[in-house]
Amino acid sequence: MSHVALVTGGSRGIGRAVALRLGSDGHSVAVNYTANPSAAAEVVEAITAAGGAAMAVHADVGDTDAVAAMFSEIEERLGRVGILVNNAGITRDDLLMRMAPDEWDDVIQTNLRSVYLCTRAAMRGMLRLKWGRIISMSSVSGISGNPGQANYAASKAAIIGFSKSVAREIGSRNITVNVVAPGFIETDMTEQLGDEVAEQVIARVALGRLGKPEEIAAAVGYLASDDAAYVTGQTLVVDGGLAL
Amino acid sequence: MDRTEIEAKLTDLLVDELGIERDDITTDAKFEEDLDVDSLGVVELLMALEDNFGVKIPDEEAEQITTVGEAVDLVELKLNA
Repeated sequence: MSHVALVTGGSRGIGRAVALRLGSDGHSVAVNYTANPSAAAEVVEAITAAGGAAMAVHADVGDTDAVAAMFSEIEERLGRVGILVNNAGITRDDLLMRMAPDEWDDVIQTNLRSVYLCTRAAMRGMLRLKWGRIISMSSVSGISGNPGQANYAASKAAIIGFSKSVAREIGSRNITVNVVAPGFIETDMTEQLGDEVAEQVIARVALGRLGKPEEIAAAVGYLASDDAAYVTGQTLVVDGGLAL
Repeated sequence: MDRTEIEAKLTDLLVDELGIERDDITTDAKFEEDLDVDSLGVVELLMALEDNFGVKIPDEEAEQITTVGEAVDLVELKLNA
């Protein structure tokens, strides 16, 4: 069954891989971006070149009005969103002692407020469709903690509690709400860590390597599929055995 | 559209969308207490009203609705606005 999917932060990294995966699974994909229109256009081209349907849509997903406008635009061009992937996220790493209020607020706004806004907006259409899949990106940081990431870890742990609550609210309407918690994945975000940190991380990963964005996309593809129809309120940790 | 038509349409929606017994639906029936419609069901009903009557019902006003009659009143008000 083909649906309309929205991937927030879908132009790069894990979001890009998720958008491509959902496109190849036969869904129409709205690729949300904030800063990089050409990267979003490239993802849209890749999906359409493979015979799928896709559109790029600009929106700051932490902004109430921008999110409302984004959903109107998608509904007009592709139809009601049946699959929402809350992927957009940023880091502003700093030790808590040095963490400025704006470093805290930026991360909570982009990583957590966006999940609230987009899920709320998507729910209306899903109730009308009587079907829905809400999948949000957490992180092992939100499960095990990570020095320098109190803000990021707080936002990512909050997503788990949020998803469990919403899963209970709308489970009776055939809408599932799940979370994917990636470990260290090869993206721009983890590249900033540097080789030394990467080596230390790899030493703690049971599978002995960083993950690939496609391996997170596969988990999202599963949760969006009919195979996962009886799975809700869960957090699927895809980290190579880091947080064991 | 007059009041009778709104009532008839609303009754159809309650029966078709929310699986309520037609005989239980009266003007005074309370959604949650009498018709066993949960709070999410009321939200769904109001969305169906918006779709069917082409009106916009703001969340603040939607929250005030507790009975079938109040829902009809609100739709009538919006249609004549």
